[in-house]
Amino acid sequence: MVENRHSSLGLSDEDVIQMYKNMLLARKLDERMWLLNRAGKIPFVVSCQGQEAAQVGAAYALERGTDFIAPYYRDLGMVLTFGMNAKEIMLSAFAKEEDPSSGGRQMPSHFGKKANGIITGSSPVTTQVPHAVGFALAAKINKKQFVTLTALGDGSTNQGDFHEGLNFAGVHRLPVITLVENNRIAISVPFEKQIASENIAIRAKSYGMPGYVVDGTDPLAVYEVVKRARERAINGDGPTLIEAVTVRLTAHSSDDDDRTYRTTEELERAKEQDCVQLFAKYLQEVGLLTDTLAKEIDAELAKEVNEATDYAENAPFASVDTIHEHVYEE
Amino acid sequence: MTIKKITMPKLGESVTEGTINEWFVQVGDRVNKYDPIAEVMTDKVNAEIPSSYTGVIEEVIVTEGDTVTVGDIICTMKVTEAATSVDEEPKVETKLETTTEEKETSMRHRYSPAVLRLAQENDIDLTKLTGTGLGGRITRKDVEAYMKSGKQSETAIEREPQLIREETRQPLEDDEIVPLQGVRKAIADKMTLSKREIPHAWLKVEADVTDLVQYRENIKDNFKRREGHSLTYFAFFVYAVARALREYPELNATWQDGNIVRHKEINLSIAVAKDNELYVPVIKRADEMSIAGIAKEIERLATKARTTGLDHEDMVGGTFTVNNTGTFGSVASMGIINYPQVAILQVESIVKRPVIIDNMFAARDIVNLCLSLDHRVLDGLICGRFLARVKKILQAMNKNTAFV
Amino acid sequence: MTELSYIQAINVAMKEEMERDENVFILGEDVGVKGGVFRATDGLYDQFGEDRVIDAPLAESAIVGVGIGAAMYGMRAIAEIQFADFIFPAMNQIISEAAKIRYRSNNDWFCPITIRAPYGGGISGALYHSQSVEALFNSTPGLKVVIPSSPTDAKGLLKAAIRDNDPVLFFEHKRAYRLLKENVPTDDYIVPIGEAAVKREGSDVTVITYGLMVHFAQQVAERLAKDGIDVHILDLRTIYPLDETAIIDAAQKTGKVLLITEDNKEGSVIGEVAAIIAEHCLFDLDAPIKRLAAPDVPAVPYAQPLEKEFVVDEEKIERAIVELSQF
Repeated sequence: MVENRHSSLGLSDEDVIQMYKNMLLARKLDERMWLLNRAGKIPFVVSCQGQEAAQVGAAYALERGTDFIAPYYRDLGMVLTFGMNAKEIMLSAFAKEEDPSSGGRQMPSHFGKKANGIITGSSPVTTQVPHAVGFALAAKINKKQFVTLTALGDGSTNQGDFHEGLNFAGVHRLPVITLVENNRIAISVPFEKQIASENIAIRAKSYGMPGYVVDGTDPLAVYEVVKRARERAINGDGPTLIEAVTVRLTAHSSDDDDRTYRTTEELERAKEQDCVQLFAKYLQEVGLLTDTLAKEIDAELAKEVNEATDYAENAPFASVDTIHEHVYEE
Repeated sequence: MTIKKITMPKLGESVTEGTINEWFVQVGDRVNKYDPIAEVMTDKVNAEIPSSYTGVIEEVIVTEGDTVTVGDIICTMKVTEAATSVDEEPKVETKLETTTEEKETSMRHRYSPAVLRLAQENDIDLTKLTGTGLGGRITRKDVEAYMKSGKQSETAIEREPQLIREETRQPLEDDEIVPLQGVRKAIADKMTLSKREIPHAWLKVEADVTDLVQYRENIKDNFKRREGHSLTYFAFFVYAVARALREYPELNATWQDGNIVRHKEINLSIAVAKDNELYVPVIKRADEMSIAGIAKEIERLATKARTTGLDHEDMVGGTFTVNNTGTFGSVASMGIINYPQVAILQVESIVKRPVIIDNMFAARDIVNLCLSLDHRVLDGLICGRFLARVKKILQAMNKNTAFV
Repeated sequence: MTELSYIQAINVAMKEEMERDENVFILGEDVGVKGGVFRATDGLYDQFGEDRVIDAPLAESAIVGVGIGAAMYGMRAIAEIQFADFIFPAMNQIISEAAKIRYRSNNDWFCPITIRAPYGGGISGALYHSQSVEALFNSTPGLKVVIPSSPTDAKGLLKAAIRDNDPVLFFEHKRAYRLLKENVPTDDYIVPIGEAAVKREGSDVTVITYGLMVHFAQQVAERLAKDGIDVHILDLRTIYPLDETAIIDAAQKTGKVLLITEDNKEGSVIGEVAAIIAEHCLFDLDAPIKRLAAPDVPAVPYAQPLEKEFVVDEEKIERAIVELSQF
């Protein structure tokens, strides 16, 4: 029997099973979208595969209903944990009117849903970092007890908005957590050609905040470090930078072929670090995920994904007259 | 020894004035170049300002606490040395050139869209106006002033007598001078334009419409009872012309800036008289109408012309004109083409004439069809064929073939 | 009524809005303790404290981006860019983010941010303290671009911008800051965004312009009135989206239209105004549409004769109006 790590973090058995379900749902939705893309039914997919542990672990450490997240396009696991459901993800994939993120205006995975504290995002990377800092500034000005977490990829930490945003947060000691999901590759360019420093977390030092490197394939490890960062933020101790090291199990997007820039061996190694399987293994070892339960969960989520796909595929597009709507307040 | 002025400097990008907070010098003090002479306060900065010269303070103009505009003189100095700094702004010559060459009239006939519109809407002859614009151009304001002055009708009267004076003779006292105005003037202008520009040529054919006459006689009373208006011969002719034009699109055309535009739609202009005015409303898509439909449309247009008046819409878009000269008893006439169309057909009176058929005299109903054509566009051959076609259609109309 | 300069009117507008609504806050470089390099925020730090008048790090993208975040949360952010010339690092935040937030989220999120930036030349500011950059933002649906021409409008339009639920780019003319003074109503009024204003009725030549050029045109018009040239002046006030009806009316008024911008000519705001007139007013035009603008060179040179050659001033405006009136 393996050591039970989650109890000491204050997570119940139900919590960790729920975390697992969120990770697995993200994976299954992602896989479904690839199938739909290859079947010619949806034009575009950009994946979360390999990063679900970091996303779900981080989101689980926040106060849902109070805190805000400014996610990036891979954060399917994060937004599911923040209350988006399979149907909503599929509506976005099919660009249907009911898509809560954008009503079918944006590409899939450009998440946003005010009711759930998910801040709308765009395609230019890293613009969400100053936004999250702005939310944190609002918390400080209004003396409100909430934290804002923003997530981004490793490549994005080279953008001015990363440095400008973190510096602003550091100067004003704002309650914001910056989670870098370092999958060690920015489309095709590897970490070594992107980042001059030994790691990303060390950049925190320049901005007067602590920086942590954490195993991004372990949701419990990410949960723990985000939980601590949240406490710091709420206590007025300012921002935190967290680098969760993950893997990317797919090409950058459905328009990319990663065989042109990484070897089969590299991909095989990455698959050995598949966080969904690793976490399933942990749950089996602590005796929570029995074969029966695993099958039950698998069947339940498969049904959910199927129903979501059918619903979204048959849902209506927004009427063309709506193209002029919501440019300005009406 | 010269007197130099020291002015309020511009202390900052948006600063337009400054307040003298304190003078460090008084009249008679000797100061070196760059020595501070006063403290100036603006809403961007407070600063000591230096002297621009070496010399003696001659006069302090602005008192402490006063605010003056940047560039205003604050004090003067008596300076011995030759001034090295640029103290006088170079005057840039910026006199406005108002090039109004007196008699220049190169723009006399260049009309702006606004001027043309005003002239058209108000029936103004632009040749009457004097332009005040560049090169004698008539401006919109010139036209507006002209309209306001009420000269429009006056000048219209003046013009004709002038012509008469030159060519014929002075009108006598009893003579009535009818001013050329409104519709009459428009007709005059258009007819002149047409005759001046279009080289007219003429053709005449004779058609035997005995069967058509009989057919009409048989149905006309019923028709009137049913439709409430008469079934005129003219409707049959318009019908025949519209059909023939379908086969001869060369005649269904207009002359536009040196191009010949052949029209898909067959829209027939017809002449409608009212008192001494002549209107030319249009039967749109006449080739798609039945004889009864044409009769009805003619009736509608004629009534409208006599009563409420025709709308602009009723009178535009014509592609060929059919003129019912027969109404006046005419048996032959030479029509003037309805510019910019390329042909006009005059339908003359139907008269009973003795005709030899099978070596025997027969009393037949004969009508002359007279065609005027624009010889730039059309030739006798094609027009002859067209007329032959019209004739054939008319001659074939009888109770078996024509369906009102 | 009280006499205020253009910059005082801007200061008063922010002060009143901050008193009225505690969600209004300011961030920018030097806006706090110093009260702004032009003193636009003078006294506000003392009155409202460092939490609401924030001296931000020198980083324009963060100033705008953080403002956008706070605005999405529900604050009313006023972000000051020290000079319009330095706004470009924030371009991505303005165009990709602020302008598109409402549209891309299908009305779920919106972004009530006002971005203030001093612009304009004729102040020895050389290349990087003189530019008119409005044309670069003037084809961005979702964004509103406002340029006031008088202290009264500056106060009313800035209040409207702060209360607007969409992002507003508010350009203020540096030279107007202390040059323009007038009696400004002391009450709480707004000047609606999106509406141009007729500043002078006239029958000879229509001038359509905005910002400081309106003041110059008015001065010239008063002088020319004595020579019998009657100038009609339309102040655009909001340059995006344009007030099409007002432009058409003004053009139809005289049929001779002079469009003025102090920006360089090609691709400027007035080109769009010309297009509107060309589309709608063909049969009202009595002269070709005339544009008066700065030359197509990268920016204003520092040396005075060159700067004078570059800028549009009263002399150039007068010459253009006279020429057009004579056409």
